[in-house]
Amino acid sequence: MDAIIQSEPNRNEGARSVAIRVDALTKRYRDIVAVDSISFAVDTGSFTALLGGNGAGKTTTIAMLLGLVRPTAGRIEVLGKDIAHSAKEVLAQMNFQSPYADLPRRLTVRQNLAIYARLYAVAHPRERIELLAKELDLKALLDRPLGELSAGQRTRAGLAKAFINRPALVLLDEPTASLDPDTADWVRAFLSRYASEANATFLIASHNMLEVERLCDCVLMMREGLIVDRGSPEALIEKYGRKTLEEVFLDVARKGARKEEART
Amino acid sequence: MIADQGTPRRIGAVILRHWYLIAGSWPRFLDLTYWPMVQMILWGFIQTFLSRQSSYFAQAGGILLGGVMLWDVLFRGQIGLAISFFEEVYSRNLGHLLATPLRIGEYITALTIVSAIRTFVGLFPATLAAIWFFGFSLYSLGLSLGVFFFSLIAFGWSIGLFVAGLVLRYGLGAESFAWAVIFALAPLCGVYYPTTILPNWVQAVSAIVPASYIFNGMRAILVDHIVRLDFMLIAAGLNVVWFALGIASFLIFHTQARDRGMLLQLGE
Repeated sequence: MDAIIQSEPNRNEGARSVAIRVDALTKRYRDIVAVDSISFAVDTGSFTALLGGNGAGKTTTIAMLLGLVRPTAGRIEVLGKDIAHSAKEVLAQMNFQSPYADLPRRLTVRQNLAIYARLYAVAHPRERIELLAKELDLKALLDRPLGELSAGQRTRAGLAKAFINRPALVLLDEPTASLDPDTADWVRAFLSRYASEANATFLIASHNMLEVERLCDCVLMMREGLIVDRGSPEALIEKYGRKTLEEVFLDVARKGARKEEART
Repeated sequence: MIADQGTPRRIGAVILRHWYLIAGSWPRFLDLTYWPMVQMILWGFIQTFLSRQSSYFAQAGGILLGGVMLWDVLFRGQIGLAISFFEEVYSRNLGHLLATPLRIGEYITALTIVSAIRTFVGLFPATLAAIWFFGFSLYSLGLSLGVFFFSLIAFGWSIGLFVAGLVLRYGLGAESFAWAVIFALAPLCGVYYPTTILPNWVQAVSAIVPASYIFNGMRAILVDHIVRLDFMLIAAGLNVVWFALGIASFLIFHTQARDRGMLLQLGE
C-alpha cells in the first residue's frame, strides 16, 4: 500500500442501520490540521477501532463526536441526528471514557456514579449502580474515595460511569490501558456482553492490537489526520501481507515517518 | 437556555456534586467559615477603637462591621462560583460534565446556587458572632438586607463567570485573576467610605459598579436611618447589565475553548 487511501464514506450502506456517520470532518488549529476531511460510517451494534500513532487525530475525532471540540468543517450524525443541532439529545444516549477526563477523586465511587446517574436521568439509579458494581467488580470499592484507588480500579470506576446510562453508543479511549491482563480480559468480556445485550455500538481508540483484533469488526487506520485505510482486522492483515494487526499498524505508522523524513 | 423536564434534576446533580465535596471534608467546611469570622473580629475591634475616637463612628455603630460582612457577600459570591468551577478543572471532570445532557445554562445556574450556599454557610456564623461579640446585628438592616445580599452576590456572580470563562479559555494560568479582580474593584465600591470622597473621574467609574450603591445604601440606613430605594433600583438595573455581560463572556470563552480543543485538556 503506497498511496494514502483517501477517506471515503461507505456508499453501500443500503438499508443497514448506521450509528455514526461522519462526512468530510475537519479540525484545524491555526495552521495545524488535526483531522483532515475524514468520512466514515459505523454500523449499529458494531465494534469499530480508531488506530493510529500519537497525534494521528483519534482523540480529536472522539472529542468532536462528543461535542467537546467544534469541527472546522464537516458533518457528524450520531444515532440519526445531526450533532450540531441536537447535541444534548444525542449525548443522553451516548457515553465515553477517556484518559483525558477523570472523575472527582475526593468523592466516593458511589457518589460519582449517583451524580452521573442524575445527569443522565437513569431510572432506578441505586439498582443500576449496584449492577455495574457487580459487573465491574467494584462492590467493595463503592464507598471509597476515588483518589484512594489504584489506576486500574479507577479505570473500572470510569467504565462504570461510561455505562451508567445504558448508552446506545460508547466511545472508549484506551479502555484497558492501566489494567492487568486478567482484569483487561474480563473487561473485554463485559464490553462484548454489553454490546450483544444492548445492541450497542462501540468506537474504540486503542494501542492494544490484540484487544482490537479480539473485539472489533472494523478498523479505521489514522495517520496525520487522515483515514489511510479501513477494513476488518483480518482483511487488513491479509492486505498488508502481515501476521498480526500490530505489524500492519507499524507499517502504516512508519510509512508516515518515512514520508516525514523525505519531506525534511 | 432551553429548559425541559430534566433541567431541575441536572442542576441538582451539579449541586449534589459540590455538596458531597464540602460535606465530606471538614477542612473545606472550616475554610468557608474561617475567613469571614476572622475578618469580622478584626474589623469589629477596629470599629470599637474608632467609635471611641470619633463621633462619626460612635453615632454610626456598625458601618465598618456591616461593610466588611456585606463585602464578604460580594467576595464569597464571586469566589464561590469561580472555585466551584475550578474544582471541575482541578479534577479534570469538566470534559465528563460537558459531554452529558447538562446544558451550559443549567451549569451556570447550578454554579450560582452553589455559590449562594457557600456564601450563606460561610457568613451566617460570622453574623451571629458579630451580635455576640460586638452587639452589632446585620439583621438590623431589615428587609433591605435581603436586597443588599442578592444585589451583591449577583454582582459577584457576574465577575465569577468572567473569571471562570478566562480559565476555560486560557487554562489555570488565569486562576490568579479569581482572587485579584474583585480587589481591583474594591476601592470603587466604597465599602468603608462614601464614594463621594473619590476623585471625580473615579466617581464616574464607581457609578457603574452596582456594589457602590449598596454600600452607600447601607450607610444611609445605619447613619441617616433612611432606606434609599433609588440606590437599590439603580443597583438592580446595573446588575442586570453586569450579569448579562458575565454570562456572555462565559459563553464566548466556552465557544473559544471548544474551538481550541481546551475542554479535554484543562486540568492540573
